[in-house]
Amino acid sequence: MTSPPPPAERAAGPVVVSGVSSDAHTWNLVFLHLLIEECGHAVRNLGPCVPPDLLVSACLDAAPSLIVLSSVNGHGHRDGLDSIRAVRAEPRLAGVPVVIGGKLDVTGELAPERARRLLDAGAHAVCTDDTGVHELRAILASRPARTPLAA
Amino acid sequence: MTAHPPATPAPDFGPHVRAVARTGRTVVQPRMGFTDPARMRAGLRAVRAARAATVGTITVDSYTRVGDLAAAAAAVGDGTELNGYPLLTHPVPVTRAVLADVAGMPVQVRHGCATPEAIVAGLVAAGLSATEGGPVSYCLPYGRTPLTESVEAWRRSCARLARLRDDGVRPHLETFGGCLLGQLCPPSLLVAMSVLEALFFCQHGVDSVSVSYAQQVDHAQDVAAVRALRRLADDLLPTEDQHVVVYAYMGVFPTTRRGARRVLADAARLATAARAERLIVKTEAEAFRIPTIAENVAALEAAADEAAGPGDPVLDVDEERRIHGEAATIVAAVRDLADDVGTALLRAFRRGYLDIPYCLHPDNAGGTRAYVDDRGRLAWDRIGRLPLGGLVRPRRGRRPTAASLLRDLNRVRDRADAPELPAARPGDALGG
Repeated sequence: MTSPPPPAERAAGPVVVSGVSSDAHTWNLVFLHLLIEECGHAVRNLGPCVPPDLLVSACLDAAPSLIVLSSVNGHGHRDGLDSIRAVRAEPRLAGVPVVIGGKLDVTGELAPERARRLLDAGAHAVCTDDTGVHELRAILASRPARTPLAA
Repeated sequence: MTAHPPATPAPDFGPHVRAVARTGRTVVQPRMGFTDPARMRAGLRAVRAARAATVGTITVDSYTRVGDLAAAAAAVGDGTELNGYPLLTHPVPVTRAVLADVAGMPVQVRHGCATPEAIVAGLVAAGLSATEGGPVSYCLPYGRTPLTESVEAWRRSCARLARLRDDGVRPHLETFGGCLLGQLCPPSLLVAMSVLEALFFCQHGVDSVSVSYAQQVDHAQDVAAVRALRRLADDLLPTEDQHVVVYAYMGVFPTTRRGARRVLADAARLATAARAERLIVKTEAEAFRIPTIAENVAALEAAADEAAGPGDPVLDVDEERRIHGEAATIVAAVRDLADDVGTALLRAFRRGYLDIPYCLHPDNAGGTRAYVDDRGRLAWDRIGRLPLGGLVRPRRGRRPTAASLLRDLNRVRDRADAPELPAARPGDALGG
């Protein structure tokens, strides 16, 4: 067993991108992968249909600086909650922020109480469709990058 | 009900399609599945009655697809509408009754399952013998089932289907290898995968097969790809009972009725131009919801009308030669890895000889990327360890970015939904 890396080292870790357990969509994860790389961060992309226990073990392995969850099948408000709770229940991931976004329920306009539940469970931010990409870029810009941003 | 009605005799799927095609018509087929047996029965009846040469479809719902039969049963119990027909939930006599009106029309089960033994057993019990998929094409693009498990499951499923021959039935399998992630895969890999999966089916005793190709972003490139697919299948598959099936576009679909009609018409022209025997349509409702029976019938009839036309027989001989060369090279390199096709597929993915662009499955190497080039055609950006060194031209244009990926993914939708078609007609890119 390894001890958690010191904060400075952890901050330089990759960004983990992941789907949630019941969502087989891939293109949203590919888009985020490219976007995050363009912002200068290394990416560990776990792909679609990631159950909470796999998310936690992959994050313990990757020592990420940030976890980005994406879901577009309408079940993200439920599946994402399970994922966030599992990450927050793992003390070794205590300092790693989790961001969730996409189409998180079937209406496409996430109800405020559902967003609240995700935040209460420990999400750093809930990025919904219209402004989600801008919000994610801002979060990425505020974090130490692997490489300097291209001019 | 005290006894099962007798199994409904239907003509064998493969020979039927080939016989219709010999009369000069393209067989058209819907993607259609309803929860309610009465509606499913009405749907099949309407497909048979359509003004077109049709075969029927029962599309299985996604709970059944992932093996969650409890959820399928619960939905049937409380009348919840599913996105397909719960083949393993309705009793066998019910499914036989669903098929009772359409004797004479072959019906195929479409499912999307990486481990389809139960679904195959269910369709056989219902008196059916045609289905589709494949050990790669129904595994890697969806979920996390290990490829080794999928290959084993498909071996057993093929063996079950093959046993139908003892009863005088010719079971049919269509590969889904011409679709993969639905968009942004260069045609040569679609062609190679389709042929490899058909070889797998033949090796496991199902030698009535169809090879597939999903419409992509450029008509002339698609015609070249389907012609290359037919040549390669003709050369390599150890069976006469084979045909080509074209899928109407499987990527981000137009949201206007006119846009959807344009894409569907292009798909029908592709099938005709490349002499594909069968075409699987989509409907104008595609972008929004499960289509109605009437929408399916309208799509089948429109496609059949369009397919009866000349089909824009644009020939880009260079493109066809290029796609055929790349696909033949990939297939040969994979087959060299083992005599057993399933083993060869597993080794090929481990070595990166097969590597699906953008596929995030743990068994996919992830070293390839594709994009839409300056001519509006699919091209390789990175070939990873695909055995294509020396064959693939250097990338033209810019490296894919998040923004260009979105543009490429939405290209067909945005072009079709535009108020006026761009001045260029399909095939004009030939001059570029």
